[in-house]
This record gives sequence, C-alpha cells and structure tokens, in this order.
Amino acid sequence: MRSSVIIFPGSNCDRDMDVALKKFGFKNQMVWHNDKSIPKSDLIVLPGGFSYGDYLRCGSIASKSKIIKSVIDFANSGGLVLGICNGFQILTETGLLNGILQQNKFLNFICSNVYVKVRDKQNKYFKDLKKDVLELHIAHNEGNYFCSNDELKSLEDNNQIAVTYCGEDGTENETTNPNGAIKNIAGIFNNNKNVLGMMPHPERMIDKYLSGEDGSLFFKNILDNFK
Amino acid sequence: MKIKVIVTLKNGVLDPQGKAIQQTLNGMNFGNVEDVRQGKYFEIEVKEKDEKKAKSLVDDMCKKLLANLVIEDYKIV
Repeated sequence: MRSSVIIFPGSNCDRDMDVALKKFGFKNQMVWHNDKSIPKSDLIVLPGGFSYGDYLRCGSIASKSKIIKSVIDFANSGGLVLGICNGFQILTETGLLNGILQQNKFLNFICSNVYVKVRDKQNKYFKDLKKDVLELHIAHNEGNYFCSNDELKSLEDNNQIAVTYCGEDGTENETTNPNGAIKNIAGIFNNNKNVLGMMPHPERMIDKYLSGEDGSLFFKNILDNFK
Repeated sequence: MKIKVIVTLKNGVLDPQGKAIQQTLNGMNFGNVEDVRQGKYFEIEVKEKDEKKAKSLVDDMCKKLLANLVIEDYKIV
C-alpha cells in the first residue's frame, strides 16, 4: 500500500508517521506542501504539528497550501485521507470534514495517554479491528471539537463519529473528556468515510517497550483492509 | 485603501479565553464585568480606490480565510 505524508512548515509528527507507516509495510513518500501534485498513493496523511505556527486559526493557513487542491481531489475521488492532530485541524479548515477544533476547555496544553472508543467499524480504517477501546496519545492545545447542532445530528445519523474519549473500560462521561469536545468526540469521518480526522496519535503507540501497541493495531488494520 | 475587519465568536460558542479575562478583571476589583468575548481585528490594505469594491473583496476574504463561519461572525467596519 502506497502512502504519502504531506509536510507543512511547522509539521513535527511527519517523521514519526513515516517511521510508523514503514514499520508496517507501507511504501511511504514524503511530500512538500509547495508541490503541486502527489505521487500515486493509496493513503494520504496530514501529520501533526503546528503548521504555520497555528497563525490565524490552527490549520487555516495550511488548508490553503498549493498541495491541498490535490488532497481534496484525491479525497473526492474516494482516496483514503488521514489527518492526525494538526492534520485533523487542517481537514476541518479545508471543509473535507465538518466542524472545528477549538481551544481546550480549560486552556491547557494536554499531553497524555487517553482511551478512545471505536464507534464505527463499517469503514476501511477500523473494519474488523480486534479491539473496541484503544489506548493512544494526545498532545494538543486545540482539540475541543465543536460543530453546529445540525452537523452533530448528521454526524450521528450517518455514523460519522469515528472515535470518542472514554475510560479504560469504555465508559464515556465528562471525567473521560480531556478537552471539552462535544459528545467526547476525538475523531470523525466525512460522509463517505474515506476521510478520517482524529486528535489522538496512533504513530506514537507502535512500540511495546516505549509506549504501547494499539497504534500498531490501527496501521495493520488499514493494511489488512486494503488487501 | 485600508479596510478594517472584526471577527468575533458567535453567540453561544464557548470562549474560554474571554471567560478567563472576565474572571481576572473581576479579581482586579472590576466587579461589574459580567461577560467578556475575545475577538480578532484586521487592517487590510487593498489596492483599490472604490470603497464598495474594496469592501466586497474583503468580504470574500472573510468568508474564505479570515473567519471560520462554523464558530465566528465578521464585521467590516
């Protein structure tokens, strides 16, 4: 499976993502934001970081980069687009995903492990995933997902909520919500479920000695579903 | 021509920074401050002599970049 990771000025999880993708057998390439086209890919990843220093609004400047038109065309033709953290923020600013990531409710930068519940498995990312609750890592200041009531209803009706913050046993409530996100939302899909944006970093959970391996499950699952 | 834009959060959208500023002001004995909403202010120099045209250009900029209409409103002043 061929993948491309787009690098923006200020991306800082691009190489972690490259390491993770290659570890599980993706043929990965790095693509600079100023390029006009993306090499032939089956998956495009917008990595985490602080593109353009989070100026104006997180992801807003990157969402107007030269390369983004190709990303939007790729997504609209059904290609898999994964945005992690700042990548999720960029995807909402392009309009590929609904809503926006606001500043965390308690104004703090959060860097910690969290549990997320996989809410939908009828998609190419989570289909046949063996676990329902994953332990992943978050590191963000703007992860407080917000959207209008109409958008929320449509996300719920179409099963576009991908992952939600929860406890180790899967319980969801205010105490398992780190940033104030509406309905504990940690990640969402577009209508066709080929575009996934999420705040947690699976690429930081690919080594049992360093962190954990629930991220490994995520990447292996994408590969398994592609075969 | 210089066009000025104010971007504010929509009513009902949580503004934790505004809340923190309000609480700080209250703590500084400005007890009658009931609410603070923080926004952004832009001064945009447009190469255009016709004010109507310049404002219409800036309006387009607001919709496409300066404001995110999911949570923000804008006002050209």
